[in-house]
Amino acid sequence: MRARVFVTLKPSVFDPQGQTIADALHSLGYTDVADVRQGKYFELDLATDEAAQAKQLAAEVADKVLANPVIESYRIEVGD
Amino acid sequence: MRFGVVVFPGSNCDEDAVHAVRHVFTQEADYLWHKDPDLKGADVVILPGGFAHGDYLRVGAMARFSPIMAAVRAFADRGGPVLGICNGFQILLEAGMLRGAMLRNRTLKYRCEHVHLRVEVTDTPFTCAVRAGQVLRIPIGHGEGNYYAPPEELERLETNRQVVLRYTDPTGRVGDDSTDEWNPNGSVHAIAAVCNAARNVVGMMPHPERACEPLLGGEDGRAIFESIIEWFRAAERSTLPPAVGQATEPAGEPVAGL
Repeated sequence: MRARVFVTLKPSVFDPQGQTIADALHSLGYTDVADVRQGKYFELDLATDEAAQAKQLAAEVADKVLANPVIESYRIEVGD
Repeated sequence: MRFGVVVFPGSNCDEDAVHAVRHVFTQEADYLWHKDPDLKGADVVILPGGFAHGDYLRVGAMARFSPIMAAVRAFADRGGPVLGICNGFQILLEAGMLRGAMLRNRTLKYRCEHVHLRVEVTDTPFTCAVRAGQVLRIPIGHGEGNYYAPPEELERLETNRQVVLRYTDPTGRVGDDSTDEWNPNGSVHAIAAVCNAARNVVGMMPHPERACEPLLGGEDGRAIFESIIEWFRAAERSTLPPAVGQATEPAGEPVAGL
């Protein structure tokens, strides 16, 4: 089963990359793009068919390695 | 005294640190491989600059799983002095041995230049021979040195006087957080170095080992090494046995076999 992990900076943390991308979009005329936050995306191929088990494993990996809880939060989707 | 300089795959300032210790301060220094189970009797541990394990996921993120980190943590828990320089600071943050985290530099640029640093506290092993308020000129070289701590954590750090160095202008004045030209990376409260609550673990972004000889453009980094040497001598002179310096370290439990 596949798990998708989206890691982003917490809303309270300034994102200099996202801000720079937003500035670039504004300079290209996309003034309706109010803000940009960038992050990381991980696809995990897991050796299980149990959705609950897959989510638990992905969460453990995210907590321990993929995200730094001081500055980042994450969201998990499971399924193919 | 004996310095232990940890070498992770991707460390690249380990030789600079060992050079400074051996040839400028004529102290003993050992390289400690990240898979070593102990600290070879080190009196002080340095986590040097570089790109430990490649920094591919996040800076410093994987080094905490290196086997030697169990021994480093046990050493620090017993009061042993630990200094993290640049990537070493990032590793201490990721390992939870210091509070906070590093973000990309505000400008998104890798900054490699001399900066001015005001010494905020002198009751750490790495600043004890420096005058409070003294301004040191030491180089930095990093892309992710934008120190961040959540507001409540930041307040705790300031209240407990755990901010060790701050980026300032040459006169020691701290600028406005948002526009400060003297703050090279956008660090909150212009923080360049912090210590733990017990004050024996210090992380700093600037490189003192690159500023110990006139040939390198300055000698202000000597203050950091002279402090730890003086701190160790004072501990030896005191009637109490020093908290560190045992011949062997317990191996601890390696977390993973990287």
